[in-house]
Amino acid sequence: MRDLRDVWVYLAASPLLHLTLTLAAYQAGFWLYRRGGLNPLLNPVLGAVILIVALLVATGTSYQTYFEGAQFVHFLLGPTTVALAIPLYRQFQVVRRSFAAILASVLAGAATATASAVGIAWALGASRETVVSIAPKSVTAPVAMGISEQLGGLPSLTAVMVILTGIIGAMLGPTLLNVLGVRSWAARGLAIGTASHGIGTARALQVNEVAGAFSGLAMGLNALATALLLPLLWRLLS
Amino acid sequence: MLGYLTVLLSCQLAGELAVAATGLPVPGPVCGMALLFVCLLIFGLPDDLAKIGEMLLSNLSLLFVPAGVGVMLHARLMAQDWLPIAAALIVSTMATVAVTALMMKLFGPRDAEADDSGPDL
Repeated sequence: MRDLRDVWVYLAASPLLHLTLTLAAYQAGFWLYRRGGLNPLLNPVLGAVILIVALLVATGTSYQTYFEGAQFVHFLLGPTTVALAIPLYRQFQVVRRSFAAILASVLAGAATATASAVGIAWALGASRETVVSIAPKSVTAPVAMGISEQLGGLPSLTAVMVILTGIIGAMLGPTLLNVLGVRSWAARGLAIGTASHGIGTARALQVNEVAGAFSGLAMGLNALATALLLPLLWRLLS
Repeated sequence: MLGYLTVLLSCQLAGELAVAATGLPVPGPVCGMALLFVCLLIFGLPDDLAKIGEMLLSNLSLLFVPAGVGVMLHARLMAQDWLPIAAALIVSTMATVAVTALMMKLFGPRDAEADDSGPDL
């Protein structure tokens, strides 16, 4: 028994265990998602997060310890964001033809995202730090955290809001778009990318390349627009 | 392959440097994406770069898992404000999807055809 415990102590301290856990949990989540015919309600990020949080809580492992292993996966977000230029390049002709419409739609979406999130959280009596941290929730995580810090929110709480927003948009957005009768891949991708950044873009890329390209573009434009305008508006209003 | 992975990392690095030097309010990788886009317009898209991009992008959702697990750090605040948080996130995200999609439907190109064969996005 003594030996087994030594092995556990060794494993729990090395990044290997939590790196492997991240990949295994995601694959379990993705397997379920595939089995369900890519049903958006079976979002693989949500499945993996639930599984990992349950295991970490059960074994009394801190997030810091977990992240030492998971950071290698997290790191790849950077180069992968750069790679979003590839679907955008492939769809360049379509994007160029409708650039004014794209810009207007993303700006309207970005304004809706911020105003409605702040308004609802404030009206329902959320604490001040929650209201501020929720404002940039539709923006891709690194930008959202920077905005939150500027406004006086909690950047790490904002990161959680951003991830939850991504999952919600990827899960419920497709049904809403069907109800609204929006069939064009360009409009569907743009809407998902504006509302739920990279997680929505991941979902869009799994379904259609045009939707993926528009979603990635919307994510970048929303980040730029919100980062430029929100701190200015906030100062004017408060 | 390795060469093009280096290209992606170089674009990110150049993006980070540009942001640090100019104080642009976007993250380095988004700036790197714009840079790679300009390079693709000038030089075209090599097959191997397309391959490595596809490999990374097809696993994009995996990369959000470590940040998502961070939800456990704020369990207390989330439990205390769960109703306003849930209402704000769900209603606001749905409103954003609706406004963006309807604007694009109204003002976007008429000929963007939908393909109903795949699963719904």
